[in-house]
Order: sequence, then C-alpha cells, then structure tokens
Amino acid sequence: MKEIDIQSLEEKAIVCRKEILQIIHSAACGHPGGSLSAVEILIALYAFGLRHDPKNPQWEERDRLIISKGHASPATYVVLANFEYFSKDEYPGYRKFGSILQGHVHRKVPGVEFNTGSLGHGLSVANGMALGAKMQNKDTRVFCLLGDGEIQEGSVWEAAMTAAHHNIDHVCAIIDYNKVQENGPVKDIKALEPLADKWKSFGWNVVDVDGHDYNSLQQGLDDFKQNKGKPFVIIANTVKGKGVSFMEGQSKWHGKAPNDDQLKKALSELST
Amino acid sequence: MADKIPTRDGFGKRIVELGKDNEKIFVMSADLEDATRAEYFRDAYPKRFMTVGIAEQDLVGTAVGLSMQGYIPVICSFAVFLTNRAYDMIRLDICYNDANVKIVCSHAGVTVGQDGASAQCLEDFALMRVLPRMRVVCPVDAIEAKKATDAIISADGPMYMRTSRGAFPVITKESDPFEIGKGVVLREGTDATVIACGIMVSSALEAAESLAKENISVNVINMHTIKPIDTDLIVAAAQQTGAIVTAEEHQVYGGLGGAVVEVLAQHYPVPVEMVAVQDTFGQTGAPQELLDEYHLSPRDIVAAVRKAVKRK
Repeated sequence: MKEIDIQSLEEKAIVCRKEILQIIHSAACGHPGGSLSAVEILIALYAFGLRHDPKNPQWEERDRLIISKGHASPATYVVLANFEYFSKDEYPGYRKFGSILQGHVHRKVPGVEFNTGSLGHGLSVANGMALGAKMQNKDTRVFCLLGDGEIQEGSVWEAAMTAAHHNIDHVCAIIDYNKVQENGPVKDIKALEPLADKWKSFGWNVVDVDGHDYNSLQQGLDDFKQNKGKPFVIIANTVKGKGVSFMEGQSKWHGKAPNDDQLKKALSELST
Repeated sequence: MADKIPTRDGFGKRIVELGKDNEKIFVMSADLEDATRAEYFRDAYPKRFMTVGIAEQDLVGTAVGLSMQGYIPVICSFAVFLTNRAYDMIRLDICYNDANVKIVCSHAGVTVGQDGASAQCLEDFALMRVLPRMRVVCPVDAIEAKKATDAIISADGPMYMRTSRGAFPVITKESDPFEIGKGVVLREGTDATVIACGIMVSSALEAAESLAKENISVNVINMHTIKPIDTDLIVAAAQQTGAIVTAEEHQVYGGLGGAVVEVLAQHYPVPVEMVAVQDTFGQTGAPQELLDEYHLSPRDIVAAVRKAVKRK
C-alpha cells in the first residue's frame, strides 16, 4: 500500500471545497452538493488511484476516469487544477462564454476524458474503453464516477450487465452515495437499497467505503487493483454538501449557487 | 427487370471484405446481427464482434468507449431502436464527443412490411439530420450500399447509414462513382426534377418513363446523402427545370424533402411537391400494399410531378 500523507490531502480537500464554492458563486449557478460530496473521492483517485501524468494528459498508458455525473464539474475542474492539469487563472471563466470550463464536464479541460452531462452514460463508455484496452493487451484501468441518483437510469444497469457478462475486471465504478438527489432524499424518490446486493446480484464485486476517509478510499482502490474475474464497484458513502453545515444533506443545494453571505459563511466554516 | 437485393446484404458482405485488411473495424449489435447482416462479420471475425444483448443505449456507449481506444465500431440494429431508443446516447456520446462510430440500421420505411408500425422507422433521417457532426446516408441499392460502406468507414466521425429489409431493384453499376454529399443525376430532363433516395429512386425512374409518354421531361436525382445535402446540385436542378418533387420512404417532415426545401427556400425557390408519409404511422401489410396505401408508388410521383409542373 502506497504511503499517503493524509494531512496534506486533507488540506487539499479544504482548498478544493473553497474553490468549488468560489467558482459556483462567481458563476451564480452550478452544483455544489454533489461536488462537495465527491472531493475526497476525486483527490484519492488523482493522489493514489490513477496512473496519470498532469504534464502529459494524453499519455497513452494512463488510466481513464469517466465522470458520469457530469454536473460535478466544479469538483472535477478544481481537483484537476489542484493536481496542476491547468492553471487556476481559468477559474473566473467557469460557466462563462468562451471558457474551457463548460457547465458540465468537458474535454476542453486538460485531464477530462469524456464530455458528460446527461446521466447514465458513463459506465457503458468505460466498459468500451476497458474492452478496447484489453484487446490491445494494455493494462489500462478504467474508473467511472457515478451519482447515486444517476443509477436510477436504466442504462446504468444495461452497462452493469455487460461488464459482468464480459468479465471486465479492470473497470471500477465508484458511486458517490450521498443519499440526496435534486428533489429530495434518494430513499424517498426511488430507493436504491439494498444497493450492495443489487450490484452483487448483477455479478460485481462490491466494497463499501467511507467516501470522505482517505484510508478507507485507499483500501477500496487497492482492493480493486487486486480484483480479478468480475467488474468492481466502490460504494463510497458520502454526505451531500460535505463540509458546509447548511448545505449538508440538503437537496436544495444540489444545484444552487451560494450568495455573498452564504459564501462568506461557508468559507469561514471551512477555514476552522 | 433489374435484380432485387436488400441493401443490408450489400453492407453485410462489404464490411466483411473491409474487415480483412482493416483490423480496427469492430462490429456490434444488440441482438439483431442476423437481421442487419452483421452476422456475416461475426462469423468471419468473431473476436471483432460483440453483442450487448437487447440494450441499445449500452450498445452506443460501449461502441464510443471502443472508438476512444482507436477502434472503428460499426453498430447495427433496426433503425427505430437505435435512432429512437438510444437518441440521447447518439447525441451526447457519439456526436457531442465526436466519436468515430458508424451507425448502420436496417428496417426503415414502410417496406419493413408485416412487422407493422412499431418496426417501421419513418423518422430516422429527421432525428439524425439535426445532430451536429452526424452525416446521413441512404444507399439506393446493394451495389451502392457497398460503396457507401467503404465511404462511411474511411471518413472520420459520426455516420448514419440506413439500409433496407426489402429487396430493392439494383439500378447502379459497380463502375458508378459514389461520394458522400454528391447526388447523382440518373436521368436528364427539363420540365421537373425528382430528388429521391432509397427505394423511391427506382420508382422515380419508373415515373419519369411514364411521364415521358405525356411529353413531360423529368430529371431524376439519386440523393443518397441526406446530410450534408448536395446544395449545388439541388439549386442547379431548380434552375434547369423550375419544379422539384422529393420522394422518400420517411415522414414528410424533416427528412430528404425537408433538407431539399431548406436549400430551395434559401437559394432558389421553385414549386415543390413532397412524396412521403403524411404524418401518420404505418401498419401491417405487404411492402407493395403499404407503398400504395401511403402514396409512395410511381403513380404518386407521377401525380406530384404533374402538380409541380402546373404550379410553375
């Protein structure tokens, strides 16, 4: 297991959360809830999950990450910037005309593999990439970050069946299980439980992790690296709006920008 | 009498020939490899064939992933299932991501026949034509289908090709040229032009023959590419003949006729009549019965030409 400097990653997460809120505030729109929940997952991936090279985003031997929950663009962009894929000078352009920082995840941003924004697309694409790599005898791993509400889309389960049927064991789905979607708690809108059993019954290996704990995330990602024979899913238990008291667990913060006062309050909470 | 061969057969045979030298070609299906003739490729190159089961959305996404590893996926299904069922995936995964994926769909038009309206796709041109980056091809016969197969594989980017279930008359020769975006004048005339695609081209030729007896001289164009549409040829035909009839096995809205009138309205307005399905669904029946019922027969083209000429 790779030695990780938890403290520095935790500091990085605070920086990322602040920047996520700042770019959403500056755009006056965007999706804070599901971005704040995915911060540690994304940092873990770039810190010790993916084989990647920020100086050479198109490096042939890199692992791939598809952000299927394309509305988590603030988290995706901010984490990529903090891993030096592009300059933070781009931040003021988020969601603005002419910027590389499109409203939903887009390949204009160095490090982004695939344009998304409509839910339920990423896992099929990840499967195809993984199959293509395997046919060329490459050991590329393909990761796919999904929202929990997203897996209400039937296409996710089409892809889940394909991955299992073809034993695509170098695909790792990661579910940002923050329990809240746009119009309320997932369990009230259309429940996912028993979630792990669903994936198991579809032929996947499943691990549950704490999606805000780097040791737990590292355990899950290391388990995946040893994975054989079946596709692999990490159910990352997270908190929607994590780190900002008035946003945590609140569906109304799924897709709303903080105003000046709310931003100030949030940044001050994150600083302490 | 010309031979009759379904255009799906032309595609199915040619893609096998192309697969011999081009190892990047990867054919995929959603449990319709038999009906689309993708099975020929499956049998020849089983390692470069995949079915995802009955899951068209997954078919598109998986193909796009493969394309990002350098493959040229050719995805095959019935027109209705891919263009309708998986539209969001075609729009976002293929077109928005500019993926090098080729969509080849059979079973479009009323000539699907006995399966009835649920299987008779009459809106694929319209659906595919509005998507940025997508090009739309409908070969006229099995020989042209082979050439169109070559063309969609060699051009980079998203492509949609409609093939037929029904056997269409073979009206082109192996030596005829084929270029995406370039319509072909099959018969010269001076009084009106019929711009047709697919099975309607042979009907247009039949109509032209019969109109010649009335001293109406008809120009006939095989417009095998619906997008990008051959603007120059359409404008030249309008200038030359002063009246246009479009003919297609598709809804009257948004297809070949729509593309032609967009060109004419902007560049050279002349009277236009549109032979197409008039905003209704098909039904069960023999292909010929259905072509008659939905006014897609040579005599309907004859009537449309007379009307267009009168409006000049």
